[in-house]
Amino acid sequence: MTTEEVLTAPAANPPRSHAGFIKNNLREYGMLISLVAIMGLFQVLTDGTLLRPLNLTNLLLQNSYIVIMALGMLLVIVAGHIDLSVGSVCGFIGALAAVLMVEYGWHFVPTTLLCIVVGGAIGAAQGWFVAFARIPSFIVTLAGMLVFKGLTLALLAGQSVGPFPELFQKLSSGFIADPLGGDSLRSTSLVIGAVVAVLLVLFKLRARSQLVRHGMEAEPLVFFLLKNAVFAGIILYFSWLLASYKGLPNVLIVMAVLIVAYDFVTTRTTPGRRIYALGGNEKATRLSGIKTQRLAFLTFVNMGALAALAGLVFAARLNTATPKAGLGFELDVIAACFIGGASASGGVGKVMGAVIGAFIMGVMNNGMSILGVGIDYQQVIKGLVLLAAVFVDVYNKNK
Amino acid sequence: MQSDGNILEMRGISKAFHGVKALANVNLAVRAGEIHALVGENGAGKSTLMKVLSGVYACDDFEGEIHFEGTPRRFRGIADSEALGIIIIHQELALVPLLSIAENIFLGNEITRGGVIDWFAAYARTRELLAKVGLNESPTTLVDDLGIGKQQLVEIAKALSKKVKLLILDEPTASLNESDSDALLDLLLELKAQGVAAILISHKLGEIAKVADSITVLRDGSTVETLDCRSAPVSEDRIIRGMVGRDMAHRFPQRTPNIGQTVFEVRNWRVHHELHPEREQIKGVDLEVRRGEIVGIAGLMGAGRTEFAMSVFGRSYGQRISGMVLMHGQVVDVSSVRKAIDHGIAYVTEDRKGCGLVLEEEIGKNITLANLEAVASAGVIDAGREFKVASDYRAALNIRCASVHQQVVNLSGGNQQKVVLSKWLFTQPELLMLDEPTRGIDVGAKYEIYTIIDRLASEGKGVLFISSELPELLGMCDRIYVMNEGRFVAEFTAAEASQERIMRAIVNSGSSVHDH
Repeated sequence: MTTEEVLTAPAANPPRSHAGFIKNNLREYGMLISLVAIMGLFQVLTDGTLLRPLNLTNLLLQNSYIVIMALGMLLVIVAGHIDLSVGSVCGFIGALAAVLMVEYGWHFVPTTLLCIVVGGAIGAAQGWFVAFARIPSFIVTLAGMLVFKGLTLALLAGQSVGPFPELFQKLSSGFIADPLGGDSLRSTSLVIGAVVAVLLVLFKLRARSQLVRHGMEAEPLVFFLLKNAVFAGIILYFSWLLASYKGLPNVLIVMAVLIVAYDFVTTRTTPGRRIYALGGNEKATRLSGIKTQRLAFLTFVNMGALAALAGLVFAARLNTATPKAGLGFELDVIAACFIGGASASGGVGKVMGAVIGAFIMGVMNNGMSILGVGIDYQQVIKGLVLLAAVFVDVYNKNK
Repeated sequence: MQSDGNILEMRGISKAFHGVKALANVNLAVRAGEIHALVGENGAGKSTLMKVLSGVYACDDFEGEIHFEGTPRRFRGIADSEALGIIIIHQELALVPLLSIAENIFLGNEITRGGVIDWFAAYARTRELLAKVGLNESPTTLVDDLGIGKQQLVEIAKALSKKVKLLILDEPTASLNESDSDALLDLLLELKAQGVAAILISHKLGEIAKVADSITVLRDGSTVETLDCRSAPVSEDRIIRGMVGRDMAHRFPQRTPNIGQTVFEVRNWRVHHELHPEREQIKGVDLEVRRGEIVGIAGLMGAGRTEFAMSVFGRSYGQRISGMVLMHGQVVDVSSVRKAIDHGIAYVTEDRKGCGLVLEEEIGKNITLANLEAVASAGVIDAGREFKVASDYRAALNIRCASVHQQVVNLSGGNQQKVVLSKWLFTQPELLMLDEPTRGIDVGAKYEIYTIIDRLASEGKGVLFISSELPELLGMCDRIYVMNEGRFVAEFTAAEASQERIMRAIVNSGSSVHDH
């Protein structure tokens, strides 16, 4: 929208064309379309292996910890900071859990709780230096990255520690129970998928009718119906795929709950709104009576707790804590946020974008592995995709 | 040298920004080897004229001719004017604080031998230059370690290193104390004796009287007159009259003030500089604002008006703050922005884009930012209520936009300012502090802002109106405090106030050069 258009715009909302709506929302749909296109591409290239029930299940398990951390990273990036330490914290918490459960024989419940508290405390320590001591987050978390990488080694004495109690493993490798029974198809999972799809459509319908009632601009009905039909269809299809293997993985439930919660917090609540304002213009936000330092501090506490949860999920998946766990995770997490449209200067980014970004990376990892592309060229291609995604963003913005 | 003896002639200079005239047919002639003062109110066009001269605005961006040393010149950038010896020293110094004096003086102009910097030559040359400007410092001293007065001298040394013929100084003494100012003026006279001409922009009429050979007065982007001081000294009255005389009809809404009880009082307010705690910036200010009253604070840039307002507003500026703030006669705690807002105080910043708005966010989200609880329950924002609030303010303040979901970055300055005003009105304040609310806004939108301010006062709010434009203070305010160097030096009612009296109050209170 140019300035001239604004100056001559009439006071009332002008009628919007469908083409105009697409143009204004291209970014949001574009992300999703890219993910679908990439999945389609690999589905063809791998002769249908990508979406086999077994592979789809693996895809979700492999990316769960990246998605969980991307939720926290998005808030940190939106607030105008960065956290390079999440990979090391993730590894450190896995090691801590292993030592507590394997060497000291702790039960997995207190272990899990303690680990998440420790993660939050680590985030608080780094957040204090960033928010109150005003040291750039890049430096604070670079230091944290080294510190916790070292502490992981020290804690494990350079060894791998495992295996874990069976119940703890279920966090990553378990699937939800199936009381409804079924031989080849886990019908409970399918039912849950169907219920979620229906709830999603109902919820969206309600939100849309509220928009219309308040006289706000809502997306055209055609798009609305089409989009939600596609969403519901995808949910149903994927839950059918998963149900025909072992059902919904436990970690998928955890992930889904977190995604919904963080999407809600960022779009609908006052703390979420204030984080965006803080990243957009810290001075203006502070002069609006908002405690900006405390807010930045809390994004780091949250990040630490989520990194801890991701560390537990990762350790449970491998069924062992290794000194190399978490190596390089921070790069995938940060890349997911930027591919998902977050701005490096803060104030811009969406939870769903970061989740889609994480899955774009995940599908590429998985698809290229199936195709037998070496780890060397996988990295090259991922790097170029990150650059291309951000380039397209910046280009569109300047246009 | 020319027969008419002018080193510089600028003829018929006109320059517009987005259709708003900043300069209209301005003429300026500077004789060789003289000190020529350029005076005028804030916004009269002095700085714009100097940017035209120094090539900041390229020759295709304005109309008119520049003749330097008798030849017409077309500058495409600062490098072109500097090559001829026209050097400008801006009010905000352009030195790199963490480089040494020598490094700063030769920045971009390094003395090299075979592509390598010859530091011995650079230091030797720096010592000569520092001796010329009378600065007794080592060439390796960091600029950061120098006081502002000495930094000013480094700037002049840098100009001398470029073989300056015409030196332009934009308010060089604004932030200097008396002895540093005197030293600087003496240096100008010394350079003049060596044949360097100078253009001096200043508000301090005392120092102009001391050094200037001629004075050109600008007003509203036009040349009013050029006065010759060589034969007979020009009186300050004469200069002030030239600066302010203008028709002021119909630029402001008709006000019928309805003034009630005192809403807001400040007692013995003292603030120390944010970075230099030993420097007291606000030196015991007392002020009161009543219901329905518009109270102005006049003063020059740097007088301490913004620092005063921001320190009252939740200690957003300064340290070692002391004094009392009273609302309705009760002492209130304004130690954080939140508390100040809760007590009914709002502050519209002078830096709209830097401190007032989240530019990339929607209009509606900016409006609710300072009072988000009012559109939320239990921390969950009600999008419908937020939209309603934004739409109401859009209608009430006539914010011209396609939708309240539009990003504020795309709005014009006037509409952005209305968004900021909406944000603060939504906090339901009883006292509004407006800091330069019409800065960078075109004339039509200014009138709208004035109308809004008038309406707020008639609704019973107290308004504190800070402005550098005297006409708008005179046109809008019921009472005007005059601030200079951290103090209120005069107070006028609307009936008593005039531009001459305010200017005189400022000039007389200043640490004028020849008082002691």
